[in-house]
Amino acid sequence: MKKIKRFLSGNAATYAMVVIAFLLCQLALSGLIPGFKMSRSFRGQLVPICTWIVMAVSLNLTVGISGELSLGHAGFMSVGAFSGIIMSAWLLSAFEMENETVRLILAMLAGGAVAGIAGVIIGIPVLRLRGDYLAIVTLAFGEIIRNVLNCLYFSVDGSALHVSFNNPNLPGNVIYKGPTGAVGNKTISTFTMGFCLVIFTLIVVLNLVNSRSGRAIMAIRDSRIAAESVGINVTKYKMMAFVTSAVLAGMAGALYGLNLSTVTAAKFKFDTSILVLVFVVLGGIGSIRGSIIAATLLTVLPEVLREFGDYRMLIYAIVLIVVMLFTNSPSIRQFFGRILPHRTRKGGDAQ
Amino acid sequence: MIQFFSYLINGIGLGSVYAIIALGYSMVYGIAKMLNFAHGDVIMVGAYIAFCVTQYVGLPPLAGVLAAVIVCTALGITIERLAYKPLRQATSLAVLITAIGMSYLLQNVAQLIWTANPKNFPSLVSFPSLSLFGGQMLITGETLVTVLANVVIMVSLTLFINKTKMGKAMRGVSEDRGAAELMGINVNSTISLTFAIGSALAAIAGVLLCSTYPVLMPTTGSMPGIKAFTAAVFGGIGSIPGALLGGLLLGVIEILGKAYVSTELGDAIVFGVLIVVLLVRPTGLLGKQVHEKV
Repeated sequence: MKKIKRFLSGNAATYAMVVIAFLLCQLALSGLIPGFKMSRSFRGQLVPICTWIVMAVSLNLTVGISGELSLGHAGFMSVGAFSGIIMSAWLLSAFEMENETVRLILAMLAGGAVAGIAGVIIGIPVLRLRGDYLAIVTLAFGEIIRNVLNCLYFSVDGSALHVSFNNPNLPGNVIYKGPTGAVGNKTISTFTMGFCLVIFTLIVVLNLVNSRSGRAIMAIRDSRIAAESVGINVTKYKMMAFVTSAVLAGMAGALYGLNLSTVTAAKFKFDTSILVLVFVVLGGIGSIRGSIIAATLLTVLPEVLREFGDYRMLIYAIVLIVVMLFTNSPSIRQFFGRILPHRTRKGGDAQ
Repeated sequence: MIQFFSYLINGIGLGSVYAIIALGYSMVYGIAKMLNFAHGDVIMVGAYIAFCVTQYVGLPPLAGVLAAVIVCTALGITIERLAYKPLRQATSLAVLITAIGMSYLLQNVAQLIWTANPKNFPSLVSFPSLSLFGGQMLITGETLVTVLANVVIMVSLTLFINKTKMGKAMRGVSEDRGAAELMGINVNSTISLTFAIGSALAAIAGVLLCSTYPVLMPTTGSMPGIKAFTAAVFGGIGSIPGALLGGLLLGVIEILGKAYVSTELGDAIVFGVLIVVLLVRPTGLLGKQVHEKV
């Protein structure tokens, strides 16, 4: 019994959960589960689910593990998406690389790298600030990225890549046109690659959390002054968490972008950052497994409950408030403690 | 040159709206130590109320403004009681996420009530435009009223904070909540009062904003709200003159940036300025440097 409990609370269970879910989906896709057929719309959701899992886990690294509220996560996603799309188009045009898997991997790496650079550029000023300021500045950066992307034009001409600012007249094949976004992409994302990215993310994040660096990051979250006084380099470790999170978001963005034939920068607006934040909050701030489950459920549910489409964001808003009130308000906790006596003892021990 | 001055005046008009909104952010931040993300959406609610009262009920503009102020004040107090008060002791992360949730709640409820279709907000200002330099430069009545309202609000609020007993209580709570409580100040009612004042100002700002920029949607308030917060941070959060200075500067920078640099990059310029200011002076232009005690 104890062994089972330890297994369930460990990281192995998280990996197992993802792998089993993937295998079940693959079985259902190939029609090996009798009496169960995956609907077309659900099949279309498989890659987005992987994307949102990676987004939620990476944001959880910033919000839950590092304790900094970032409201510009969608900005990194958009940077990753468009660099991935451009990379893929350039590879096809310059090297006639037909192998889609290799192209997707290189595109994801490019997306991650560019988002990582953006993360460093943003992180240097942002991580000097604290608390609410940090939230507002990451929000501002998300908006700046979207604004700038609306003015850029990219084209590939043979092996040359052209960039221009506010000038749509570029030689060759224009792949990214400012406000119209990237049109006519080759959709090369696959569910298997999405699964690989999820596993990669889990390996990176879980190993980081359980390492010396991860403990330093959490120490800074719990008490910055105490951490500083024992010689932890605050800026370095905060930066580590922030940039890792940005890189993963960029890779998720590339996966997402290459799954759609048309992507515009407007897709990655502030609402998207909030959506990912809802995944993290609902799954439990700091809980990686919670993020995975919440991201999956909240991506699938709107498809299932289509008739409630108008109320979707409303429900998300209420979820955010209610979860925060229930987990953070002492009086509401006490009230529930009286109803559920079993839980009070546990809560009391923790405090 | 005249072109430049008319841009400048437009900027001051927009900046005055930002300043009024920024006051709400700044006061709440100074006293409750929280970023009320839903403040921008209270602006939107105020504008919708004024719109309904004047267009559907047919009352005069002043009644519309009054109704907006009353509804928003009640809304502000309700939000504070329901969502923020239980979280007084919680971490700032929890409060901020709740505030973001509240902002989305208001937007979506507004969308259910008034639909997402933009409404054309008729100007509630019937003030004559001012023509200068033989008609080469036109200052609209809306701009004049906005600037005037801004001045009146700033002066009366400064007097209120510095001269009245309630204002003194507010200053006390913002300086040290625990000590203020020990001195017999009712902290909860002081915070409620702050929310009430901030929301009433938001209602006025909503009417002024929509009179100048007449598109009213459930998301109308979010961008000005974010920019006004930027203005409050720019000027030094918690300070009333700071909100005024930050608002005006931000409005002027935005309009000049859109006119002379790039229309698409207007917002990016505004946020870029915020980041530069925070890098150089993390407490804003007029903010007090607070030393950290261990």
